[in-house]
Amino acid sequence: MARPDTELTIGELLDRNGVSRRSFIKYCTAMASLLALPPLAARAMAAQLRAARRPSVIYLSFQECTGCLESLTRSFAPTVENLIFNVISLDYDDTLMAAAGAQAEQARAQAMEANYGKYLLVVDGAVPTADGGVYHCAAGRSGLDILSECAKGAAAIVAVGTCASFGGLPFADPNPTGARAISSLVPGKPVVNVSGCPPIPEVIAGTLLQYVTTGRVPDLDEHLRPTVFYGNSIHDRCYRRPFYDRGEFAKTFDDEGARNGWCLYELGCKGPTTYNACATLKWNNAVSFPIQSGHPCLGCAEPDFWDRGSFYSPIPTARWGKAGEVSPAQAGTLAGVAALAGAAIGAGSVVLARKRINRNKRTKSHDSEKGNEE
Amino acid sequence: MDLVDFARGPALKVAFVVFFIGVLWRLVNVILLRHGRMLSEPRRSVGAALLGGIKGMGSRSWPHPEFIKRTVTGEALGYSYHIGLFIVILFFAPHVIFFGSLVGMRWSTLPNSIITIFSVITLTLFVAVLSRRVGHPVLRHLSNFDDYFSWFVVALVLITGLMATAHVGGPYQTILGLHILSFDLLLLWYPFGKLMHAFYIFPTRAIDGYLMTRKGAPS
Repeated sequence: MARPDTELTIGELLDRNGVSRRSFIKYCTAMASLLALPPLAARAMAAQLRAARRPSVIYLSFQECTGCLESLTRSFAPTVENLIFNVISLDYDDTLMAAAGAQAEQARAQAMEANYGKYLLVVDGAVPTADGGVYHCAAGRSGLDILSECAKGAAAIVAVGTCASFGGLPFADPNPTGARAISSLVPGKPVVNVSGCPPIPEVIAGTLLQYVTTGRVPDLDEHLRPTVFYGNSIHDRCYRRPFYDRGEFAKTFDDEGARNGWCLYELGCKGPTTYNACATLKWNNAVSFPIQSGHPCLGCAEPDFWDRGSFYSPIPTARWGKAGEVSPAQAGTLAGVAALAGAAIGAGSVVLARKRINRNKRTKSHDSEKGNEE
Repeated sequence: MDLVDFARGPALKVAFVVFFIGVLWRLVNVILLRHGRMLSEPRRSVGAALLGGIKGMGSRSWPHPEFIKRTVTGEALGYSYHIGLFIVILFFAPHVIFFGSLVGMRWSTLPNSIITIFSVITLTLFVAVLSRRVGHPVLRHLSNFDDYFSWFVVALVLITGLMATAHVGGPYQTILGLHILSFDLLLLWYPFGKLMHAFYIFPTRAIDGYLMTRKGAPS
């Protein structure tokens, strides 16, 4: 009797599906390259993957726009079908799965029970916590409740997208639903943030693949993002960087600088403060990325990027309060008021000093008159 | 709110307000304080004295020929790092954007490589100035906390700026935040320490020049 898919190793599944060893090695070499591993690691990865069983993956969606999943479905290496049919066992994803309603929930419960402590939980979207979490409900339960239940038996959690990683748009001020990042709701669980709005598809797929290959959470930065993808700023890897270094900037979107492909720093590019792989992996099978298409980086892979004023406000601008960028008029008014206050204090202190001097003079002359009389 | 947002937001606002209040406070204070009456008979007219005041701003900014051998090192160091500071502050692209956003205009910038060279030279001169102050027996006795702290706040801005440009010492945002915070500290300290010389230097030289001319002495 044929063994069920869940018991087969990835190698056995590939053999059954007619994937040649050569194709598989090529695939692993591409993945090793994507993960910035040395060439020899491709063989080790191939051996590891062939022997591994496909990990069960449960994919939950909360306050999100489905952009992250849309992004993942456009992954070229590995392709999403390769990923979900050959590398992982996607047991629950209410957007992609054929089942719906009670059947879908049953599939999730079964997968969790069968793989307790071993399954990978992938989450996109922030989780609303205000008013008992009523702002996101599925199958009659709050998102908070579902996340807590699924997180318990997960080996690790991958928060996909900026909403899941840092709260994103739902978390933006005034955050009426009490949205929170996944890492703040699952204490004690290993969490990997794959931030971006949306994240690069190859980064999502690569992170999952790295976990499957090594069986452990990758090296992470201070925001819990895999350093292999988030180790460099967009600015450091940007092909327009030489223009920045030479001080050649586009001032508007249609000036000579913009037409010549000069640096977009003055147009609000957040590349220097944004860590992601956009400038190296790019999008749509490495065709382009926003800066290459003539638009400044929005900084979407960083926390609170929605609350940092206009996307077109350059990084080194003064920002006071919630109003965002300070206008010259506001700065001038504040400086004027402060200067008037300073002048008043200065004049006041002079008046007091003169009074003190006069008083001292009077006391002195009074004392000397008294001395003369004596 | 992260460090950068704090540094360029509320911290900058407070520093900005304290700077303007402090500068005007001290300027008005000095201008309105009662000055000693000139008791001698005026030798030159008011017009000539005014011209002498203008001349004084220039002549007192240059080493006196009689003392040039003794003062040339200090003067050369002082002029060099001031020029370096002005170039770095006024012609580095992010600084132009920053100051430009506050005054409503932008001006030409210099390439980063030139700014980096000037920053390194300026910082080296800064260290030389401090070494001279510590090593020179007279200067050391004349120096107090104000001198060293004023040196420190300016050097801190320079060092953190270089670190941010070179991407060393930590994530760029953190170093950038520290750089802007150190600038906030500079603004806070500015009116209350010897950095205030930037506002006093020319008016006081002009007043000296005026008085000396009025009394018949060369300005």
